[in-house]
Amino acid sequence: MLAQLAAEFPDFWPEWSIPYWLMSILRVVGGLVAVLLPAGGIVYLFLFKMMSFMQSRLGPMEAGPYGSMQLLAEVGKWMQKEDLAPENADLRIYRMAPLIVLVSTFLLIVVVPFGPQAWFTNFETGIFYALAVGSVSVLGILIAGWSSANKYSLLGGLRAGGQLIAYELPMVLATLGVVIQAESMNLNRIIEVQNTGEIFGIGWFGNPFIITQFVGFLIFMIAVQAELTQAPFDMPIAESELVSGYMTEYSGFRFLIFFIAEFATAGVFSFIAAALFLGGWGVPFEWFGWDNLGDVAWWMNFVGPVIMFTKMFALVGVIMWVRFSYPRFREDQLQTFAWKVLIPLALANTAVTAILKVVL
Amino acid sequence: MPKVPGLIKGLGVTAGILGKTLKNGADTVQYPHEKEAPPIRARGVIALHEENCTACMLCSRSCPDWCIYIEGHKQLAPARRAGGKPRQVNHLDRFDIDYALCMYCGICVEVCPFDALFWSPEYEYSEPKIADLLHDKAKLGEWMETVPEAPELEAGAGK
Amino acid sequence: MTLTDRQQLSYIASQAADARLNVELETEGMTLNIGPQHPATHGTLRIICRLDGEQVVWAEPVAGYMHRGYEKLTEVRTFPQVTTLVNRIDWLGSFANEVPFILAAEKLMEIEAPPRAQVIRTILFELSRIANVSLFLGDLGVQMGAITPVFLAFRDREYILNLIEGATGGRFHPNFDRIGGLKDDLPKGWIEETRGAVKKLEQFCDTIDDLLFGNEIFQSRMRGIGIIPADIATDYGLSGANARASGIDWDLRRDQDIPLSYDLADWKVWTHPDGDSWARCWIRLQETRESCKIVTQLLDQIPAGPVMTKVPRIIKVPEGEAWVSTENPLGEMGYYVVSKGGLGPFRVKIRSASFNNISIVPWALKGVYVPDVITILASLYFILGDIDR
Repeated sequence: MLAQLAAEFPDFWPEWSIPYWLMSILRVVGGLVAVLLPAGGIVYLFLFKMMSFMQSRLGPMEAGPYGSMQLLAEVGKWMQKEDLAPENADLRIYRMAPLIVLVSTFLLIVVVPFGPQAWFTNFETGIFYALAVGSVSVLGILIAGWSSANKYSLLGGLRAGGQLIAYELPMVLATLGVVIQAESMNLNRIIEVQNTGEIFGIGWFGNPFIITQFVGFLIFMIAVQAELTQAPFDMPIAESELVSGYMTEYSGFRFLIFFIAEFATAGVFSFIAAALFLGGWGVPFEWFGWDNLGDVAWWMNFVGPVIMFTKMFALVGVIMWVRFSYPRFREDQLQTFAWKVLIPLALANTAVTAILKVVL
Repeated sequence: MPKVPGLIKGLGVTAGILGKTLKNGADTVQYPHEKEAPPIRARGVIALHEENCTACMLCSRSCPDWCIYIEGHKQLAPARRAGGKPRQVNHLDRFDIDYALCMYCGICVEVCPFDALFWSPEYEYSEPKIADLLHDKAKLGEWMETVPEAPELEAGAGK
Repeated sequence: MTLTDRQQLSYIASQAADARLNVELETEGMTLNIGPQHPATHGTLRIICRLDGEQVVWAEPVAGYMHRGYEKLTEVRTFPQVTTLVNRIDWLGSFANEVPFILAAEKLMEIEAPPRAQVIRTILFELSRIANVSLFLGDLGVQMGAITPVFLAFRDREYILNLIEGATGGRFHPNFDRIGGLKDDLPKGWIEETRGAVKKLEQFCDTIDDLLFGNEIFQSRMRGIGIIPADIATDYGLSGANARASGIDWDLRRDQDIPLSYDLADWKVWTHPDGDSWARCWIRLQETRESCKIVTQLLDQIPAGPVMTKVPRIIKVPEGEAWVSTENPLGEMGYYVVSKGGLGPFRVKIRSASFNNISIVPWALKGVYVPDVITILASLYFILGDIDR
């Protein structure tokens, strides 16, 4: 019965048979899930539990089994708090800033594919778009820092601006290597290339670019770490220097939005990294005898997101692990590292990739 | 062997602690559910053995922040021997310790010449209202049950 | 000093360059108040910084937000009561605060504690140093955004606090030292327990060495930052690990004749030639290890006997003046006790280490960046109670 249903399923649920309005609703709901679920999962798994275990304590244990409802309790607490604003703040943009940061996260998730058909939009230049809208959050942070009328916020905002701009560049250059190798900017195409490719004639596990683009992967992850302002690159919010940087004056649900945006962005950037370097939602197509994207079975639309989430959590785990282990750089060391180490390295990586692409 | 970079070593340390916590459990104590036993000498709360107190006021005077309040009056007690004169004794009317002021220095316990004051390791007596931290004679007497025996001393202790 | 000249010269040059730029761009400085309520000042210290961009042009510490008037309070307390006050000065190493005061009072009364009391005093003194400095080592990470070390420090300091509580009854404020000896002898089993705890603390030092001191980021933040040359250090009256980090081989535990039993143990005074933040932190790490060594050695050498000499029940200290200082966790801490023969001291002058150690802040912070303000302050290591008393 089940096997029969499974066999018939694609016939009564091909992509074009779903009405446009239903598809739109599905995608909006999916987008919310794809942003908020990672945020909640990351906060609970890594911020509450992994960090606590690394410090030989248990973390929150009271709300729900093993403290799993702690985040909801925290959300409830933040919602109750008064929405404070400093007297001299530029109120309209002060209130706008957290939303801009969150919107940038939602804009990013739009291009991430979760299966052969399970995507929100399928841009031809997906990765280009992702890198472009990824910088929107800088605006929000700068606005927050500037409009708070607080010296710590201002310093934090300016630091964040400088840092995000500096690390945008190595990120773009690291992505360039992937784009050269995949000959496409479409994320789904990049995933397809990785899963159909082969390394030196061995094709049974495809060609995830983490192997051929290892330097690019490292640079990309370092840039992501900086872009997310996680330690060792967390000087925009450096709590021991700038109290809380650009977030100092925010309270209540506006702080909550910043908080969600921070971890949701971590999730989304890890999605993109998984798509670029780890083979995304796919399994090596050879395992099931698929040749290209069109062949992929319908059930990958359901298994794909699971694979994607697993890879995302693994990557975020590494990001958080580093965060909990390292002290932070100084602002000028951070800039030196970006401009004198990462960017030349990324350029060299791009050049080598390009040369090898032509030669081989 | 080449030197392991400190960055990698640091990651190893945190991962090691993560593994140890997963295997052996955390080093923390989940307080309201499980409790650590304080040492015998722990200065938790002062207990009063009322019968021994003669209202001599030594503790009250030696307290560095004057948080002990004593009132007493002289009264005649029946004579010890039949036909003897009635004795004059100090009767304790009030003995309050204000734990909101107390510095837990232990000088009062030390100076008491009649062994009326003792330390108890009990520590759970916080109150929502600060005025309730003023323990009176009856409450201080209740703590007497929790007073442990003095610990044995380490070898070589002499008088 | 070549280092000073170089530092000052590069500072002047950068200032001149900035000044030219500032005239062209019409920029102006910004005054940033670090504190009195700020995560980095762990307490209520306020540091006024005048910034040019992120560079500090001028800095001044403002102490006194937590002034509790202990020098005055001692004048209206009896001698036994004073120890309860003074062990609240440096609240992380409380027992170490009591010792110099008691020694000063004993000097005036011309008595000396019995040898058993002296050894136990030394052990507790070193335990409180370990408790104090281990928290410093953990806190160092927090000042730079590494959150794990501080939890490890709190975890392992707990072993030491439990020991102090087991012996004295008080975790934070032991009030165990008495004129003429100690309040009580050690409870049974304490020595074995101490051996185990000290081993754990030695492991903690290794962990911190791997997690923090070996970290390249940490080193790049610490090395060459906040250099204090030896002559400047002596001019400002730095003491303790801060002075030793500048190459001054001076340790009051070794260099003066006080009735504590440091000469029974085999240990080393560490110095570092650099005088930078790294040196100060590294010296403290090594000193924690040395303290562990001292404690383990002294545990085998506790002589039998009483812990208290004969003292009158009501202590009256004869007329006179005495100065005793010891090497406390934060540096030299001393009491100048003046007695007029009464029940309490007539006047007590407390020389606390942190107050002198932060007096160098205006000098050390000139020309550094805001993030370095935090690391330099952290490496100078002050405790607010010790500054404001």
